[in-house]
Amino acid sequence: MEKTLFEKIWDAHIVVEKKNGPSLIYIDRHLVHEVTSPQAFDGLRMNNRKVRRPDLTIATMDHNVPTNNRTLPILDQTSAIQIQTLEKNCNDFGIQLFDINSPNQGIVHVIGPQLGITLPGSTIVCGDSHTSTHGAFGALAFGIGTSEVEHVLASQTLWLEKPIPFEIRVEGKRKNPHAVTAKDIILSIIKNIGTSGGNGTVIEYRGDGISDLSMEQRMTICNMSIEAGARAGLIAPDEKTFEYLRGRKYTPKNYESLVDYWRDNLKTDSDAKFEKKYTLHIDDIVPQVSWGTNPGMTCDVTESIPSPEEYSKGDQNQKRGAEKALEYMALKPGTPITEIKIDRVFIGSCTNARLEDLIEASKVVKGKKISSYVRAMVVPGSQMVKKQAEELGLDKIFTDADFEWRDAGCSMCLGMNPDILSPGERCASTSNRNFEGRQGTGGRTHLVSPVMAAAAAIAGHFVDVREMDLN
Amino acid sequence: MQSFTKVKTLITPLDKVNVDTDQIVPKQFLKLVQKSGFGKFLFYNWRYDDNEQLKSDFVLNDLKYKNSKILVAGDNFGCGSSREHAVWALQDYGFSVVISTSFADIFYSNCFKNGILPIILDSKTVEKLQQETTEVEVDLKNQIIKTSSQTIPFDIDSHKKKILLEGLDDIAHTLLYEKQISEFEKQSKIPSVL
Repeated sequence: MEKTLFEKIWDAHIVVEKKNGPSLIYIDRHLVHEVTSPQAFDGLRMNNRKVRRPDLTIATMDHNVPTNNRTLPILDQTSAIQIQTLEKNCNDFGIQLFDINSPNQGIVHVIGPQLGITLPGSTIVCGDSHTSTHGAFGALAFGIGTSEVEHVLASQTLWLEKPIPFEIRVEGKRKNPHAVTAKDIILSIIKNIGTSGGNGTVIEYRGDGISDLSMEQRMTICNMSIEAGARAGLIAPDEKTFEYLRGRKYTPKNYESLVDYWRDNLKTDSDAKFEKKYTLHIDDIVPQVSWGTNPGMTCDVTESIPSPEEYSKGDQNQKRGAEKALEYMALKPGTPITEIKIDRVFIGSCTNARLEDLIEASKVVKGKKISSYVRAMVVPGSQMVKKQAEELGLDKIFTDADFEWRDAGCSMCLGMNPDILSPGERCASTSNRNFEGRQGTGGRTHLVSPVMAAAAAIAGHFVDVREMDLN
Repeated sequence: MQSFTKVKTLITPLDKVNVDTDQIVPKQFLKLVQKSGFGKFLFYNWRYDDNEQLKSDFVLNDLKYKNSKILVAGDNFGCGSSREHAVWALQDYGFSVVISTSFADIFYSNCFKNGILPIILDSKTVEKLQQETTEVEVDLKNQIIKTSSQTIPFDIDSHKKKILLEGLDDIAHTLLYEKQISEFEKQSKIPSVL
């Protein structure tokens, strides 16, 4: 039978299959962080259970670590306890931990690929919804809750209902690929299919608009699959994928023989059936800016804030949602996006804090200063990204423009550490969620690409970055 | 895990769509290292004002819903972050049933690990339930919801139903498949990390 890539990976990981009901699926890689794991380790202790495969489990601390001055103690006592708890749990159960002082520390979805832990054709889980990021390598990767974290620690498996394969084709060529980015592609997709458009599915992104992208750009696409409600996003591996993973710290010794196998097997058969399909043509897409309180509430930078009627197209529930969103965001319908002033800029997160993101943003910033009323920060996705960027002199470009240059972590994407918005502050953010209070209680988030965020920092309001010379 | 059979209470109507888990329990409360005590943080930014006083216009603060165990909300409930703390907060607060037209996948799965029954119904029925002013009975064994005027059947996967009815320990059940897991590992192509 002809199969999709997702079905091939799924079938290759079935341990127990039942006629009706979920299958027991083997998990090849388990990534662990400080926030969603303490209760799972406690559960193991209470039941006198071990971690079945510590050699398939990797931990780091990213969600609540401070991003400035790592030599100082962590002031927030509850964060400090959570970090110490992870250290103790990894020590007790024999798990490799990249702690706050490790050169390999960083956002779990940034370090996985950088260290060669993420592999094509594998199953990867983490107690974090943005685990979908690793799908860029042709891995079946998805977020799980803490009970499932405990289940994987104890058994290296999960009971799962088989999701539906969803094909999203991205066709065409962007006219200005420096200004119209992978972030704009995925925001356009979510705007069109909605935040629940992918519920119950695994998306496979296909087409020349995807194969043209670099690995880091593909990660941005797969990362936000969860914002469309999908359990996972996948891209079939190609030579770019194999090259990216070659020679990394944990790349397997038999890598080339694995590559030979992946090259032949990890692709959707030509007649395989997708139960759902959507196509985005990208020839004419422009930079995107979110205006509301979910990532589907997004429009072109050239547009104005829509009215709730326009946005909801007759759906009363969506209309009420849009009214509440505009009230929360303190925005009026009809206001041009480029007239929205901002207070803060955040370049960071598992969506957009890789080296390429920082290089692109630095081109906008170079030789300029940020607006006098804006506070802006760059939080590299990992300490490795930070080091590479510093070797290229990017830190200097950003700090000369009055950006803050920080250590790695999730930081203001979710504001669990001291990096938060104050009530009422408006932020141009390269992160993935513009939910109410996400970046700080009362804070207002606009999701944009790294170049759009950088351009907004300079201007003090949103600008169409296509008007700047980025080559 | 606590088992679930039947509840009969008033319905708490939450007239919102796309309720994300950041709203169900905001990030500043994710730092606890235990599972208990999250109820007081449920819908924190909607329930409390800046001075940590209860907001009178939020439905959970209406005293008549104090003992309600059934929450009925709009489309796509529980979207966003995978945080199971959202389910722990609902459970600790006192809810054991959540009804919506659709749920985000991870939230839906987390419910069954914690004795909470998520029920999916069509939008007309959900809207009607939100207007219900007398007690409603949710009976998992018979898969029905009884209101004062009608009986509404609902679907649930038989495996998930069993987990809730029996309060099964998922891990103990899985570890019975040790032989199959070991055999799988012997033929796996993906090598260890270290």
